[in-house]
Amino acid sequence: MIRDHRPHGVAWWLWATGLAAAALRTTNPILLLGLGAVVVVVTVVCRSDAPWGRSIGVYLKLGLVVIALRVALQLVFGQRLPGHVLFTIPSVPLPGWAEGVSIGGPVTLEGLLTAMVGGMRLALVLVCFGAANSLASPREVLRSLPGILHEVAVAVTVALCFAPEVLESVRRVREARTLRGRPTKGLAGLRGIAIPVLEDALEHALQLAASMGARGFGRRPARRSVARSRLAMVAVVTGSLLALGGVYGILAPDSGVPMAGVVAALGAVIVGLGVLLSGRRSVRTRYRPAPFGPRSVLCVVAGWIPLVAFVLAAAADPAAIAWSAYPLAWPVVPVLALVGILAALAPLAMTSVAGRPEEKARRPAVREVVA
Amino acid sequence: MIRFERASFRYDESSWILRDLSVVIDEGELVVVVGPTGSGKTTLLKMIDGLVPHFSGGEMAGDVVVAGRSIRTTSPTDMASLVGYVGQDPTATFVTDRVEDEVAYAMENLGVSPTAMRRRVEDALDLMSLEDLRDRPLRTLSGGQRQRVAIAAVVAAAPKILVLDEPTSALDPGSAEEVLSSLTRLVHDVGLTVVVAEHRLERVLPFADRVVLLSVEGSSVTVGEPGEVMESSPLAPPLIELGRFAGWRPLPVTVRKARRESGALSAALEGLTPPPGGSSGGAVIGSAEKVDVTFGSIRALDRASLELRAGSITAVMGRNGSGKSTLLNGLAGVLRPTRGTFRVDGHDPEALDAKDRIRLVGLVPQDPGSLLYAQHVGQECEQADKEHGLPAGATSAAVRQIVGELPVDQHPRDLSEGQRLSLALGVVMAAKPRLLLLDEPTRGLDYLAKHELCAALAALRSDGVAVAIATHDVELVAMIADEAVVLAGGEVIAHGPAREVVCHTPAFAPQVAKVLAPMTWLTVAEIADALSAAP
Repeated sequence: MIRDHRPHGVAWWLWATGLAAAALRTTNPILLLGLGAVVVVVTVVCRSDAPWGRSIGVYLKLGLVVIALRVALQLVFGQRLPGHVLFTIPSVPLPGWAEGVSIGGPVTLEGLLTAMVGGMRLALVLVCFGAANSLASPREVLRSLPGILHEVAVAVTVALCFAPEVLESVRRVREARTLRGRPTKGLAGLRGIAIPVLEDALEHALQLAASMGARGFGRRPARRSVARSRLAMVAVVTGSLLALGGVYGILAPDSGVPMAGVVAALGAVIVGLGVLLSGRRSVRTRYRPAPFGPRSVLCVVAGWIPLVAFVLAAAADPAAIAWSAYPLAWPVVPVLALVGILAALAPLAMTSVAGRPEEKARRPAVREVVA
Repeated sequence: MIRFERASFRYDESSWILRDLSVVIDEGELVVVVGPTGSGKTTLLKMIDGLVPHFSGGEMAGDVVVAGRSIRTTSPTDMASLVGYVGQDPTATFVTDRVEDEVAYAMENLGVSPTAMRRRVEDALDLMSLEDLRDRPLRTLSGGQRQRVAIAAVVAAAPKILVLDEPTSALDPGSAEEVLSSLTRLVHDVGLTVVVAEHRLERVLPFADRVVLLSVEGSSVTVGEPGEVMESSPLAPPLIELGRFAGWRPLPVTVRKARRESGALSAALEGLTPPPGGSSGGAVIGSAEKVDVTFGSIRALDRASLELRAGSITAVMGRNGSGKSTLLNGLAGVLRPTRGTFRVDGHDPEALDAKDRIRLVGLVPQDPGSLLYAQHVGQECEQADKEHGLPAGATSAAVRQIVGELPVDQHPRDLSEGQRLSLALGVVMAAKPRLLLLDEPTRGLDYLAKHELCAALAALRSDGVAVAIATHDVELVAMIADEAVVLAGGEVIAHGPAREVVCHTPAFAPQVAKVLAPMTWLTVAEIADALSAAP
């Protein structure tokens, strides 16, 4: 099957998460640029043809906006960092209660660079999210969640398709208002559009619920397993929360979460137990589950290598990974970190085997085998 | 298989929607439910699945027993393996985003084993000819394709009963034929019991084993062979009207049978010619000149040209997605053409100020309800007066003139389809535009409402209004259109007098023309007129 030639949807999301984690780990602008380039290249080559394949572009633009915004804020309101003064913006004296906030003042090269790097990190996290969206639709990922999380997954899926539908509904209502010669802009227009759109959304939700019900959504297994599935649910929820806290601790070392690694691992184990506990009893089956094969494993590993490389490089030379504008110096690039970033390109080599042009050519042949 | 036992239903204390209904539907039948708007067809269908009353709320009496299970005690979720329900708007019922996943969805819920599921998805895709679309996102499909996906999605779960609410109303004649022949294949090959409600009886009657005829408020019911039941039905497709007019017994329900009976009628019509019809020769009110409209990579209109004249009605026909709505929207000034020009009375409709535009051109969109905002009919009319700068009462006068009285204190959403269309039409016509555009006006209309619409349009035509109707409904075209335009892939491929265009295109030929071919009679009414005028 075609699907086997690409890494699993979940693998792509984990790959992107690894790169985002690496981005949060470093403040070295060269490493950040390298990560960004890797994400964009892999996404452009491997993304799917479907409409959501284009979302990377939106997130790239959003990233640039974030950087610009961060720099602009620094220019106007930012903390006055010492260093080489580039120019001075006329400052506005603020009353005593607004201490700590300043408007205008001298702008230093160091201040700008710090703001830019901060913006780049944030932008890169956004781009990683966009890349994940382009590489595998969120629905594809949600489909792979274990049975116990199925109902949560369906809720998220329905929410995800809500946005395009609302846009569609807004378009229709606007058109209808234009036809009646009513305002479509301004406050009156907004109210006139919002109410019919809400009505539409509500009606749609009811129809969808009826359709899902009529198609067997929410069928429960026999009564005796109810206690067991409750226990499993509790385990999954507690485990997820623990894991989330642990990951937060790992990503933000100064947040004060004790033994973050242990907490995260414990959470993951509890989730796994919950899934095991519930899995056997699930009434649902899954249609053509995409296999999580060696390709997918490699893809995940490739995504997390940069973070590992950064951690190792930081152990050797902390200043290289955590670059700072003081003293102002060209960032040093450790070879280990660079190699780590390049390793994240590995999915390119795997998907080029069944790259997009070949994939299309291959389709008819695959069909015959299926039939 | 399905047994209604004195079933009654109502939403609140007001009148009953279904009353003391007793019907038995046997296994392996294709049953068509016929009834005027408001006779409770949709309610009846939803009761088979338990969606009424489990999802709708309301008050129910009596019982419905489906394959031995009472809907009183069985929820729709538990009916899922037994009954497949396809609603009026398939788009609203899609849960996933890809064709193949949508087809598999119900089976996943039912816990069908992966190997069986795999095979049944393939079967369902083949049965509904969806093989080439299996990887497509649902959002990119046309109306007919969506309808087929919705049917495949319930058929794949291997229900014993398939319930469809207006499965062909939104489809062009070709797609409708395709969907219906797939359904007959299911009845023949799989032994499925199929229950269909449909306003376009001319499409479904030839496939029906039996007909259930409901009267208003579901109080009385007639069940029987199509030919028998249709003799007394207040709703009749043109073929049945023709059969009744010519006195054929038993009534033929297929064009083929009718043709065999038609010898005497053809002989009587020998030497008579149908009225010529065609353009009125009035001034050109609306026009499109070599218009291109592109949405992204899709070309919706391709050098389309068209003229709409005062005092004539033009039908715009073509497959789903051939650019009919785009053409109407362009003429109404809702969108800007990529190339070429739209003109209404010498103006570019898109550049006009909204207030001036509504005095030149009015469009009633596919869902007329989207034009209506007010809390009740009276308020709607008052608002329209204010917006159009008309004296108080002008809109309600216009509505009354076009369609007669409407219940003034009802919410537009509570009106019947026909009433809602009439109200939208009245509101649009109150500004006295010189060009009126209607997009699929007959969806959800029964024959009585359709005749009312035609009378209203004929009155507008004699007032010198130019009218364009985008429609799949060939019988509407036969009844009212002077000229016809056929679009394919955004191009105008035929343009001329309606009689010529529809009689020369087999896919668009109305039933009467099919029976009496090669003569070009379109409706029973004109045959009756011609025969009574003849010596």
